[in-house]
Amino acid sequence: MGKITINNLNLYYGDFHALKDINLDIEANKITALIGPSGCGKSTLLKCLNRMNDLVENCKITGKILLDGEDIYNIDVSLLRKRVGMVFQKPNPFPMSVYDNIAFGPRTHGIRSKIKLDDIVEKSLRAAAIWDELKDRLKKSALELSGGQQQRLCIARALAVQPEVLLMDEPTSALDPISTSKIEDLVMELKKNYTIIIVTHNMQQAARISDKTAFMLNGEVIEYDDTEKLFFMPQDKRTEDYITGRFG
Amino acid sequence: MIKIDTRSIHRKLRTYKRSPLSLVLLLLVLSATAITVSTLLFIIAYILIKGIPNITADLFAWEYTSQNVSLTPAIINTLIIVVLALLIAVPLGIFAAVYLVEYAKRRNKLVEMIRLTTETLAGIPSIIYGLFGLLFFVTAMGWGFSILAGAFTLAIMILPVIMRTTEEALKAVPDSYREGSFALGANKLRTVFRIVLPSAMPGILSGIILSIGRIVGETAALLYTAGTVAEIPKNLLSSGRTLSVHMYVLSSEGLYVNQAYATAVVLLVTVMIINWLSNFLAKKITKG
Repeated sequence: MGKITINNLNLYYGDFHALKDINLDIEANKITALIGPSGCGKSTLLKCLNRMNDLVENCKITGKILLDGEDIYNIDVSLLRKRVGMVFQKPNPFPMSVYDNIAFGPRTHGIRSKIKLDDIVEKSLRAAAIWDELKDRLKKSALELSGGQQQRLCIARALAVQPEVLLMDEPTSALDPISTSKIEDLVMELKKNYTIIIVTHNMQQAARISDKTAFMLNGEVIEYDDTEKLFFMPQDKRTEDYITGRFG
Repeated sequence: MIKIDTRSIHRKLRTYKRSPLSLVLLLLVLSATAITVSTLLFIIAYILIKGIPNITADLFAWEYTSQNVSLTPAIINTLIIVVLALLIAVPLGIFAAVYLVEYAKRRNKLVEMIRLTTETLAGIPSIIYGLFGLLFFVTAMGWGFSILAGAFTLAIMILPVIMRTTEEALKAVPDSYREGSFALGANKLRTVFRIVLPSAMPGILSGIILSIGRIVGETAALLYTAGTVAEIPKNLLSSGRTLSVHMYVLSSEGLYVNQAYATAVVLLVTVMIINWLSNFLAKKITKG
């Protein structure tokens, strides 16, 4: 059994049936990519995994999502989000110092000691490969950083609460190519310690970094397989059409 | 440098020749600015010229007599009323706005009602607040003409201002901050107090500055509630006049018009100091 198991997941926004009978098994310490055209439900599916859809009015979810075999709706939501971290499409550092950004999560979960926090901040920034750039600027506002630095800071912020799973919602779509490749390198490094699920628009990116890929269309998972198999020997006609650029 | 400038001016003139309407618009906009700025400068200059020669040491005597018409008690009363009214209205206004923006469901009937009510309250002339204060705080509560009745009346008056500006400031905080905070496992309370409110602080402060301006400049509502006694209050139930009321009384009696101008200078400087101080605080807070 995988790290995360999704069983017969259906999601409705009001009358709109956004996710249809999703069944997926996400493996631990692998990078799983979700690809598909805009509006196919990849981000929605991602947000189910840390219950961010709870915040949306009129959103109804049926089916089961298991984290290490445990139903995520039986886990305290704060604890679930500590275990399943998230990085967003647009870098969203808080308007405070670099240090306070990283320390926000640990402080939320009750860590007050300055020594511990200092240690967490350094470790998280090192893990996000941005310590050398920021170690002299910990007290500076995070909003003064470049877009790529902000995104790596957000990854560090997510890592600071020691999650097991990292959800990434198109983390490079707002970034330039150099920042993008830095983040890709980082993601591949991170999979040693974390299970990563990444939504991406960019098929080359999925092919470059992921171990498993799920192709989604109109709220359904059409095909889910090892990335190499999915890209070189797609079983479904629609998958083939999409990855060869015939639509999307 | 000058050569380039004249050339660009020529070029601009040529564009305006092609569209005379934009030239007319430009002139209108420029003259509107000129009129606004010169009116403000004129008022300030007029008050300073009339007032500064009349500022004497007597005016700042500790005790008010009909000889020195000291404004020290009025300054102290003004400060007390500003602080009291803000202490009452700021927490209430901010929490009400937090409810409306962060907790109430969107498109909720009750919220629409509350919004309509605050907008109406903001448009009511201050003398009506004064009458209400007279009937309720002064008479029904039995506080008499007092600093306390004045402060409560003004608190009600500025409540809608603080609520509205806080609401706008909270709405301007990007949802991505809230999402980021929730995604780290923070609950609503922590998200609101650690992320949303601090980000909205500059906007909230501008509402508070606006309110201070309203309080300092208020006379009608205070005549009916705080009264016009020109003494440093013994306690919150003593009557006392603020600077604006002091000025109003001086000039309406007609005997101390010069001193009224001097008071105006002090009032002007006070407002400027308050504005400067609030801006300074706003910058300090947003930086940290």
